[in-house]
Amino acid sequence: MTATAPRGTGAVTPGRGDGGPAPRRATIAARTLRTDRWWVQPLVTVVVLVLFIAYSSFRAFQNAYYHAEPYISPFYSPCITTRCEGDSFPEFFTGPAWISPALYILVLPLGIRLTCYYYRKAYYRSFWLSPPACAVAEPHRRYTGETRLPLVGQNVHRYFLYAALVFNVILFYEAVRGFRDETGEWGHMGLGTLVLLVNAVLLFLYSISCHSCRHIVGGRLNDFSEHPLRYRAWTWVSRLNARHMQYAWTSLFAVAFADFYVLLLATDTIQDVRFF
Amino acid sequence: MDFERHAYDVVVVGAGGAGLRAAIAAHEAGARTAVVCKSLLGKAHTVMAEGGIAAAMGNAWPEDGWRVHFRDTMRGGKMLNHWRMAQLHAQEAPDRVRELEDWGALFDRTPDGLISQRDFGGHRFARLAHVGDRTGLELIRTLQQRTVALGVDVFMECTVTRLLTDDEGVTGAFGYWRESGRFVAWEAPSVVLATGGIGKAYKVTSNSWEYTGDGHSLALQAGAGLVNMEFVQFHPTGMVWPPSVRGILVTESVRGDGGVLRNSAGNRFMFDYIPDYFRKETAETEDEADRWYDDKKNNRRPPELLPRDEVARAINSEVKAGRGSPHGGVFLDIASRRPAEYVRRRLPSMYHQFKELADVDITAEAMEVGPTCHYVMGGVEVDPDTAAAGVPGLFAAGEVAGGMHGSNRLGGNSLSDLLVFGRRAGAAAAEHAAKRSGLVALAEEALTDAARAALAPFEREGGENPYTVQQDLQQTMHDLVGIIRTAPEMEQALTRIAALRERVAALSVEGHRQYNPGWHLALDLPHLLVVSECIARAALEREESRGGHTRDDFPAADPEWGRTNLVCSRAADGAVTVARRPLPQMPPELAEVFEEAP
Amino acid sequence: MTEPGEPSLGGTDDGRGSGAGSGGGGGYDATFRVWRGDASGGDLQTFTVPVNEGEVVLDVIHRLQATQAGDLAVRWNCKAGKCGSCSAEVNGRPRLMCLTRMSTFAEDETVTVTPLRTFPVIRDLVTDVSYNYEKAAQIPAFTPRPRDPDGNHRMQQVDVDRPQEFRKCIECFLCQDTCHVIRDHEDNKRAFAGPRFLIRLAELEMHPLDVRDRRDAAQDEFGLGYCNITKCCSEVCPEGIHLTDNGIIPLKERVADRRYDPLTWLGSKIGRRRPS
Repeated sequence: MTATAPRGTGAVTPGRGDGGPAPRRATIAARTLRTDRWWVQPLVTVVVLVLFIAYSSFRAFQNAYYHAEPYISPFYSPCITTRCEGDSFPEFFTGPAWISPALYILVLPLGIRLTCYYYRKAYYRSFWLSPPACAVAEPHRRYTGETRLPLVGQNVHRYFLYAALVFNVILFYEAVRGFRDETGEWGHMGLGTLVLLVNAVLLFLYSISCHSCRHIVGGRLNDFSEHPLRYRAWTWVSRLNARHMQYAWTSLFAVAFADFYVLLLATDTIQDVRFF
Repeated sequence: MDFERHAYDVVVVGAGGAGLRAAIAAHEAGARTAVVCKSLLGKAHTVMAEGGIAAAMGNAWPEDGWRVHFRDTMRGGKMLNHWRMAQLHAQEAPDRVRELEDWGALFDRTPDGLISQRDFGGHRFARLAHVGDRTGLELIRTLQQRTVALGVDVFMECTVTRLLTDDEGVTGAFGYWRESGRFVAWEAPSVVLATGGIGKAYKVTSNSWEYTGDGHSLALQAGAGLVNMEFVQFHPTGMVWPPSVRGILVTESVRGDGGVLRNSAGNRFMFDYIPDYFRKETAETEDEADRWYDDKKNNRRPPELLPRDEVARAINSEVKAGRGSPHGGVFLDIASRRPAEYVRRRLPSMYHQFKELADVDITAEAMEVGPTCHYVMGGVEVDPDTAAAGVPGLFAAGEVAGGMHGSNRLGGNSLSDLLVFGRRAGAAAAEHAAKRSGLVALAEEALTDAARAALAPFEREGGENPYTVQQDLQQTMHDLVGIIRTAPEMEQALTRIAALRERVAALSVEGHRQYNPGWHLALDLPHLLVVSECIARAALEREESRGGHTRDDFPAADPEWGRTNLVCSRAADGAVTVARRPLPQMPPELAEVFEEAP
Repeated sequence: MTEPGEPSLGGTDDGRGSGAGSGGGGGYDATFRVWRGDASGGDLQTFTVPVNEGEVVLDVIHRLQATQAGDLAVRWNCKAGKCGSCSAEVNGRPRLMCLTRMSTFAEDETVTVTPLRTFPVIRDLVTDVSYNYEKAAQIPAFTPRPRDPDGNHRMQQVDVDRPQEFRKCIECFLCQDTCHVIRDHEDNKRAFAGPRFLIRLAELEMHPLDVRDRRDAAQDEFGLGYCNITKCCSEVCPEGIHLTDNGIIPLKERVADRRYDPLTWLGSKIGRRRPS
């Protein structure tokens, strides 16, 4: 290559040619000209999330009815108190009894969901209205996004993922314990076992379909061809990642339902359906 | 008058592949360089190129080499190409493609990690470097990003209406900002024309509004000649339905990847249209043609992959004989021949295009296609090594230059042409500018005159609307100087063009100078008219059929005409004249190439 | 306009037809509201205009231009969805006019066409998109590793797949237009490059030949942190590029590797991972 010319201004000049100040935007008063019902989706998101938060808070503070042998509510598992009779799980913690153990536990799932790339979209749109829908003006005067505290903290998502994976193991462990009966004998299965199992599977799918997971298993590489196994893993996680939103919602419903099912059993409202 | 003025060493008119490649070369040679383009940077017609860049890199077929590529190009052009251009093109294309990778281009790969190459009509070996079916986009984006990284100045949405010259040659150019309508003048000892083609002279075309023959006309006015103007390529497969998308290109890759042409009776009619010239290398039976896709060594090519002029004429004949599709085309069928997944992977933008524009799923049903005006082989007569036109300081590269493709261009040879001759033009323009630096000045009267001419449509009241005049011109060229031509029709076309010239001189535009498309069209129309006249005059003169020029009254090729070029130039009174010129003689060592086994 | 006796290539108007009736059946009169004006002001003007079967919004705009408003400013080139020139907002949604089929509207529906809201208007439907060209010029240029000894670059298809997706971009700037970060906050234009250029950075980051690290620049100079991944850019992309999932989020994760993840940072320091 020969020497380069003295660099021009490199100006890619649009056809204005008068060098004047940038003219202003088109004067359109309407906040949006969309004719569809763009507000439905954020509204549904708000309603569903508020219901979930209300229910889960109530249950977390209730500090009761979370255990019905052999099942334990996912909000309270692993059982870190002495209240779960017959629990073989090691006693990690015995704090003041008036603090619900769920509060210690729920902080981590809450963390992964708060920092999750999908839920961020959902709540920024529906709660922050930033923006409420595409091409609909947001009501805020200033916007700095995730550039400063606290929102820059969203970048720790991967650590919540690591924690969530630990919980995924525990939930599988608890689900497997559902194959024992009330007396601790193996060879049992009830509807509760299935509920816990489905919950564990969906929460696991939600975790590993996450964008951070996709990055960690292979996304950060530029040379897939040199790492065939990680490429395979990345391809696989990418496929799950495309359904991350679906897993986010179904796992949310599953965990609430699992807890609700245990609540019904623990309050003797219903009897577990026993398969064998 | 008070104009915005700039001084550069090299001004490149046009920001398609050739223009940007020329600008990069001029800049690298040390010239202060500017690019002037009618659209936004990166929107040039090059983005429409789908198939690929023809270059004998030998990645797919080690047997391939520049000599084979040279021979294919010459044979495709029916030996009317300027041999030296075809030679340089075949020799340099591989390097031009490789250097794109240094600038960030990402071509599809072979299993060895090299640039993958695909089959295309008229090419002996698979040699089109490609990116899916959006190679043109990749090319323009790569060159655009390189241009910006180098710091070349770009004047976007700015139209050149005049070249300024003195007795020594080019002194600069004059134009207007589309956005504000203000005038601008560039003082420059070298101007590179890279303005593309003339498709907007025709009614059914794959070309965008920009293709109004500006560069052809500017060169003619500056005193350069236009060669081979009678050769206009009609791409065999343009969309025909719905009307609003008529003419939009359906890439040849559809056929390269297994698509076949059928008439209303369901027959693969191309087998009936194999010319003797290509019989030796074309399959005779459907079985052989189908085997070719998997075993190219032992089978001959399907006739669907004959050069474009052959296929376009065949489709035209089928439709004329009443065997066309419901909307006046024929069927291009890949749906019944390849799995849907394969089609979506190999032809993503075609899939997308039909889905979005026509609501047709090409993996489920056949497309309707017909010929569409696609490319003009003719253009500014240039020196092959430097792309210099007859006027000192004037250069031309890409579609606006003539000679490279003879009477018919092979698919894929356009993008390589842009790169090879864009680079040569830019380098030569920089060299010329270095010699003439400080010796050029813009003549005030010429600027004032150019400004007055540009404003004339506003001065007139009650004249015709430019859109109507353009439509009538397009109809004239479509009906009378189209795929199949006869002397009486072309004479009639010339009469109509003369009448249209009167109308153009009288038309008026409404509104003011700020971003006024009516005015812009009014200024483009004179270019379009003079180019149309060149095409009609040259086509009337050439009494034979060859490549992109088919005469109903002279249906055969004539060896005598095979040694003759037609050059259009502009007489002092502004009239277009056509002169016969002997074809440049190929040296014997190159002629030997044609003796070699296919 | 298809002439009798010439069934073949007669065709109908090329979109600039002088009136109704061409192209056969399916024609009707549509009501269009088109924003007309310039930087000093303007408003929505109502037109009644014929529409034929198979047409797109751009055809109708062209018909308006040819018959009722000769100086109606509109930017367009290929009319085939390949060049990205005819960007506008149709019924409030950022769209390419050439890819918006009239059949998606009811015949009695008023179609509102306005210029892109995020950029200064020049005239009618044409906006000044120079912001995008300024940002493009600031991106640190592609910097390749040397060629192999035989003069070729070797890359595997699996390694070029990801950046190739972003190179499908036709620079229609609809993603820039819809992005609330700059659509609703003019002052953010200085610090934020917009989705188009974030995926350009992602493309270069994932490019198998590129040796430059743009992660700090992405965060500090191009405002990656402003993106709150609400995915409107992905929704409007006419090329179907997954800007958020495949471009911006992986880029955020790569920035997290460098800036917000002590473990990865430590790992790269002790040389387990090659610097990318």
